[in-house]
Amino acid sequence: MEEEKLNIISLPVEDDKEIIPEMEVIEAEQGGREFEVETKNLSVSFNGRPAISDINLSVRKQTATAIIGPSGCGKSTFLRALNFMHDMIPKSKVTGEIIINKHSISEYDTVDLRKKVGMVFQKPNPFPKMSIFENVVSGLKMNGNKDKKNLNEVAENCLKHAGLWEEVKDRLKEPAVSLSGGQQQRLCIARTIAVSPEIILMDEPTSALDPISTQKIEELIFNLKKEFTILVVTHNMQQAARVSDHTAFFYMGKLVEYSRTRRMFTNPKEKLTEEYITGKFG
Amino acid sequence: MFQDSIDAREAFGWKFIFSNEWDPVKEKFGALPFIFGTVVSSVLALLLALPVSIGVAVFLNEIVNKTLRTPLSFLIEILAAIPSIIYGFWGIFVLAPFMRSTVQPFLQSTLGFLPFFKGTPYGTGLLTAAIILAIMITPIITAITRDVLKAIPTAQREAAYALGATKWEAIKMALLNARSGILGASVLGLGRAIGETMAVTMVIGNRAEISASLFEPAYTMASVIANEFAEASGNLHVSALIEVGLILFAVTFIINSFARLLIYSFTRKTEGK
Amino acid sequence: MEETVQQYTSVFAKPKNLRRRKIVNSTMLFLCVVAAIISILPLFYIFFYTTKSGISSLNWDFFTQMPKPVGEAGGGMANGIIGTLILVSLGSVIGIPVGVMAGIYVTEYSGGLFSNLVKFVTDVLSGVPSIIIGIFAYGVIVIPMQGFSTIAGSFALGILMVPTITRITEEMLKLVPQSLREASLALGVSRWKTTLQIVLRTASGGIITGILLAIARAAGETAPLLFTAFGNRFWSTDLNQPIASLPVQIFNYAISPFEDWHNQAWAGALVLILLVFVVNLIVRIVTRDKFANKV
Ligand SMILES: Nc1ncnc2c1ncn2[C@@H]1O[C@H](COP(=O)(O)OP(=O)(O)OP(=O)(O)O)[C@@H](O)[C@H]1O
Ligand SMILES: [Mg+2]
Repeated sequence: MEEEKLNIISLPVEDDKEIIPEMEVIEAEQGGREFEVETKNLSVSFNGRPAISDINLSVRKQTATAIIGPSGCGKSTFLRALNFMHDMIPKSKVTGEIIINKHSISEYDTVDLRKKVGMVFQKPNPFPKMSIFENVVSGLKMNGNKDKKNLNEVAENCLKHAGLWEEVKDRLKEPAVSLSGGQQQRLCIARTIAVSPEIILMDEPTSALDPISTQKIEELIFNLKKEFTILVVTHNMQQAARVSDHTAFFYMGKLVEYSRTRRMFTNPKEKLTEEYITGKFG
Repeated sequence: MFQDSIDAREAFGWKFIFSNEWDPVKEKFGALPFIFGTVVSSVLALLLALPVSIGVAVFLNEIVNKTLRTPLSFLIEILAAIPSIIYGFWGIFVLAPFMRSTVQPFLQSTLGFLPFFKGTPYGTGLLTAAIILAIMITPIITAITRDVLKAIPTAQREAAYALGATKWEAIKMALLNARSGILGASVLGLGRAIGETMAVTMVIGNRAEISASLFEPAYTMASVIANEFAEASGNLHVSALIEVGLILFAVTFIINSFARLLIYSFTRKTEGK
Repeated sequence: MEETVQQYTSVFAKPKNLRRRKIVNSTMLFLCVVAAIISILPLFYIFFYTTKSGISSLNWDFFTQMPKPVGEAGGGMANGIIGTLILVSLGSVIGIPVGVMAGIYVTEYSGGLFSNLVKFVTDVLSGVPSIIIGIFAYGVIVIPMQGFSTIAGSFALGILMVPTITRITEEMLKLVPQSLREASLALGVSRWKTTLQIVLRTASGGIITGILLAIARAAGETAPLLFTAFGNRFWSTDLNQPIASLPVQIFNYAISPFEDWHNQAWAGALVLILLVFVVNLIVRIVTRDKFANKV
């Protein structure tokens, strides 16, 4: 039975072997971890039309959670709710509770919250008038850090973390837009981790990238979850299987299923999930 | 401004608007000649400018290719940016003599039986002012007409072509669809013409009289303020001028609000489609 | 379905009418070309005539010398040029911050009733005759100060600059992709710092061209200066005194009966035209790059 399912979603056989043992280790490790993000009956509506409703989801510290689902099901809406991005949009309404690090989101100041919860977007969006270096340290600089030495250190550190250092170390002063798309996206990740968040939200971070850049970012996500809690939206089932520990399946604004990634892709509880991951719709 | 013109209102009341006597020496002030001059010169300017502007907009949007479009639309932009004092200056020294020696005698010999074209051709006067104004508002009307035309979906135009329409027929359909937007553009141009000061002051002849002939000198609200304000003698005179300004302000404000609302609603409607 | 299509086609394609329709077509298109030529013609004529009449008096003296009395040839408009510089600079001090802030407010904090109101007011303000702005400045500054002054003139020019600057700031900020704002906010940067350091910085090129445009326009304004800055035949940089300006001087010279003065006025007109031309050219080039990047 398990064999069959795997074939249907056509995971390459090599990947299979790599992932499964690793996952077991992680699962064993993370049992006792605390919850970092919890939502209770989270609903968001635009112009009175609900986009997501009653989402209950808990994510443990330093794990990667994939969010999948057909287009328009509310994945981005969910993610953006987690760092208050909806207050930019007039006529949007967020109800329910979000708990970050044991504190309700309403206890945080929006700006402080966003320092804790970083976000990487679908399309790479480096600041166009800034150099590579300035981009990485922009968050710190705009928040008043003027210590040159410290900024240099942070920049190097973060670029190394994002696996970009070797490629750009000689051209830090060049404009960020001169980088390739994949490099820009890693730059955006470096920029995000520079403000040392605890949680990183990624909304389809590889959908605008070629396969090689995609692979680099996936490796990066896999490494980053040692330090950060990651929520990543993806349309790519293999990607979800490769990088995440847990997977949440959204459908029409509802959370249909949320379980360990391996289980989700081998033995989903819900019929809907099965149909989606086997490509019957979506 | 309302406060500063209180003297004039107390002295003349509504008669201010309807009296055609303006005599600073006798302290008699009636604004009718200025209102007349303003309205006639602006409306005439609009009548002259509108067909040309629509033609230019169609030419730039639909006929000419890209290599020519950029420099041409740049030139039209420049036309809008030239200070009005220069238009006026050019009007005195080039346009007015040309009107006196060529255009006005020609009009008189062909259409002289009409009351509009009677009288001595001085060169300066209502008609000359209207022509200068027309030149000045053409770029404004053109720019907005172009925007309005651009807002019409290409699909509509292609549909017309697909049905075998000629180019002009397709354009005509687009223009008809855009008529409320073009109306907005015209009203905006009218507002600009009404408020234009320096160029008109220099060519209209500055005489507070009402006459049927377009060759006769006249006066506009803006130019009487420009000419007399700094040297106005006596409170009543200043106050009367401010009241003229107030009328001018109210008129342009209403006209502009109306034009903006027309243009807003037109672009919103087409965007909504 | 087919029937309706035929119905429509028949309207356009009646063979009998075809020839007439083609003639109408080419006539109307031809008239559009004529319209384009008619509208451009005055520009060339003005340009040509101003250059011809002004070039002989446009020399170093024009910029450095004071006006000569009637009858003496030569001299310049140094006082007018300096006056215009002072008036426009002071005007910018008022007009630029107000205009840019209004533009920011309208785009970055849009949606509210108040920001729609601000947008409407700047749009309508841009159509208020400049002479009315002059009267307004007269009432607000000249009457209380009991005399014409540089300050009053600058104030009038500053107000005139606001709508242009607001407009272009608005347009340029709209071109800044929303994702940049979100990226900055997601870094934990506050809203106003994001506006200032990301949005404004990204749009700075376009906004600066808008400011240039407004400055060029203000430099050529005459009507609002007539009874605010008034004019001055002498050298003055006192902010509480009337001050000369290039356009007002051109006006006074142009309507004078003296040949020498006319020539001087043409030279001044040429300076203004060149200023307008150069600034517009710069704006064109800069904004073209902007749009090229965006598409
Ligand atoms: N700013 C907004 N205003 C109005 N409706 C919105 C807005 N943003 C999202 N929605 C609506 O909310 C619903 C969910 O959108 P969302 O962007 O979260 O989908 P998604 O799952 O991220 O889709 P995709 O995979 O295409 O990115 C959609 O129906 C969308 O139309
Ligand atoms: Mg999405």
